[in-house]
Amino acid sequence: MYSRAYKAAVAIPPALWVSVFLLVPYAILLCYSFWSVSSQQVIVHNWNLQNYLQLVRNPIYLTVLFRSMRIAGAVTLLALVLGYPLAYYLSFHAAGRKDLLYQLVIIPLWASYLVRGYAWKTILGSDGVLNGFLQYLHITQHPVESLLYSPFAVVLTLTHIYTPFTFLPIFASLEHVPRNLVEASHDLGASPWATFRRVILPLSLPGVLAGATFAFVLTLGDFLAPLLVGGPSGIMISNIVVSLFGAAYNWPLGAAISLCMLLLVVGLLFSTERLERKLTLS
Amino acid sequence: MSATSTQDAARPPAGDSAALLSIRDVSKRFGKRAVLRGISLDVAAGEFLTILGESGSGKTTLLRLIAGFEQLDRGEIWMAGERLDPLPAFRRPVNTVFQSYALFPHLTVFENVAYGPRAKGVAKIEIPERVRQALDMVKMGEFAQSAPARRSGGQQQRIALARALVNRPRVLLLDEPLSALDANLRRQMQVELKSLQREVGITFIFVTHDQEEAMALSDRIALLRAGLLEQVAGPREIYGQPATAYAAQFIGQTNVLVAEVCDGIAHAGAVVWRTFGPSGKCNFSLRPECIRLVAPGTPVDAADVSTARFRGNILNQTFGGAMDLLEIDCGNSQRLRARIPAPGPVSGERQFEFNASDTVRVRAGSED
Repeated sequence: MYSRAYKAAVAIPPALWVSVFLLVPYAILLCYSFWSVSSQQVIVHNWNLQNYLQLVRNPIYLTVLFRSMRIAGAVTLLALVLGYPLAYYLSFHAAGRKDLLYQLVIIPLWASYLVRGYAWKTILGSDGVLNGFLQYLHITQHPVESLLYSPFAVVLTLTHIYTPFTFLPIFASLEHVPRNLVEASHDLGASPWATFRRVILPLSLPGVLAGATFAFVLTLGDFLAPLLVGGPSGIMISNIVVSLFGAAYNWPLGAAISLCMLLLVVGLLFSTERLERKLTLS
Repeated sequence: MSATSTQDAARPPAGDSAALLSIRDVSKRFGKRAVLRGISLDVAAGEFLTILGESGSGKTTLLRLIAGFEQLDRGEIWMAGERLDPLPAFRRPVNTVFQSYALFPHLTVFENVAYGPRAKGVAKIEIPERVRQALDMVKMGEFAQSAPARRSGGQQQRIALARALVNRPRVLLLDEPLSALDANLRRQMQVELKSLQREVGITFIFVTHDQEEAMALSDRIALLRAGLLEQVAGPREIYGQPATAYAAQFIGQTNVLVAEVCDGIAHAGAVVWRTFGPSGKCNFSLRPECIRLVAPGTPVDAADVSTARFRGNILNQTFGGAMDLLEIDCGNSQRLRARIPAPGPVSGERQFEFNASDTVRVRAGSED
């Protein structure tokens, strides 16, 4: 069909892209993770495993990593709980309003991440919208300080930001459920609930898996939401990486943490992909 | 509206136990389009009824109304003394074989067939045996554990049949189930379907646009045209005594002769024959195989008034194995088609004859 020269020509741009922007930087990162910082704050090229050992020995890193995973898990769960019913309603019952509602779900994605983060700051702050409202209704006498600058605020903000990302693949997979299968299920005597449980849900699981992966991976690597609304108790692993590459000037340790995160995420993607293939094949 | 009046006459009084399924004055619109316009039809227990029509005639909609996938706008559907139309699809004692089979891709063949019994709460111990029987009935027993997507079109068709029949429905609805199969497999499945229906004794309502299939399979054919019933009759009757010109043309081939009847003689251009019935303008159907080629030199029998003769110019001869199709110009821009036992090549002007009794008076149609 295509000549060898043509095939080579179209393969070059992506190959270049991947090597310049992915492979080379990761190789550099890998080198850094085995170097160290001298007492004069200079990066010295003496190859050692100190950075990785420090990750395991110093409990702060594991604590923050587990917190990050807990937050990511919570966001994933909430995004699924919100995103799935929304996608189900739009796909099966919205009829003529489907396009409009779909756009309404998508539109928040056009607003800057920062704007949405700051919006939650104004809502959750001690003189924010929510506290003002609670006091106006005399539910609380004083501002609730724990709303903002807490893991709760991080989960809330990230759920708001990543629910559309979870919604989209679920909606796409629900749209691909052949409607005659739903009819066949009813025809065979299954109630609407049984039809959902035994036909629609199993056939939409690949979308659920993709949506959950989006929410989990994006949350795990997030550092802006903790910065804006997290406070000291809401610090996540990426904030540590940011500070190590910035103020702390410990690039080698930052590189080691980044690579561990990368391995974690790649492992996760790999296993979900295998799970998804298993789901779609059977 | 003439088709409706035949139906009125044929319709048994309400509550008649002879009809298993009774469709009464059913209408359905999609937006501005009237898809069904007052259909009444009774189906007897154990009958193989075909709903035949062109695409857009409303045949699939009628089936979907019976299955419960669409809500009717007007009318009622009854089954064995029970009103069916207010029930949701999953409570109706009918099952459907879908045009595209609609097998569940995430379940094995066995689980597909077991789906209905499980949903209906059949005792767990009974299910494997019932599924096995159903699969054996369609010769699919050995594929119970495979994925439906791995089976061929014809095999998927059988699995879909087993999945429906395992529920022992009162009525089985089949929506063009054979249209996705190639011609050979299609004929084979027709034979199997018919013998299966005799074996299980379940009422089949079969939707198709293929008139040959309808004639081969059905006890009765309900011919649907633009949302109205054109004729409901057995295949032989609908072929031999078509009620309308449309029915005559849709089922088999025919010549429609627009004739002026005067004192028992019908004139259609140069073709003249004796007939009974009232005078005036009337349409007649004359099947191509009823026209014979007269051997040259055959004397005219003046006493034989039941045979009509005419001269015509052969325009075209199409070889068709045992029977050739001739296109004949009889003058006055009247063209007739004749199906003649392979005569060898014929051409030019020849004499033809047909029995006057083979002409059937047809109405213009329920539409017009």
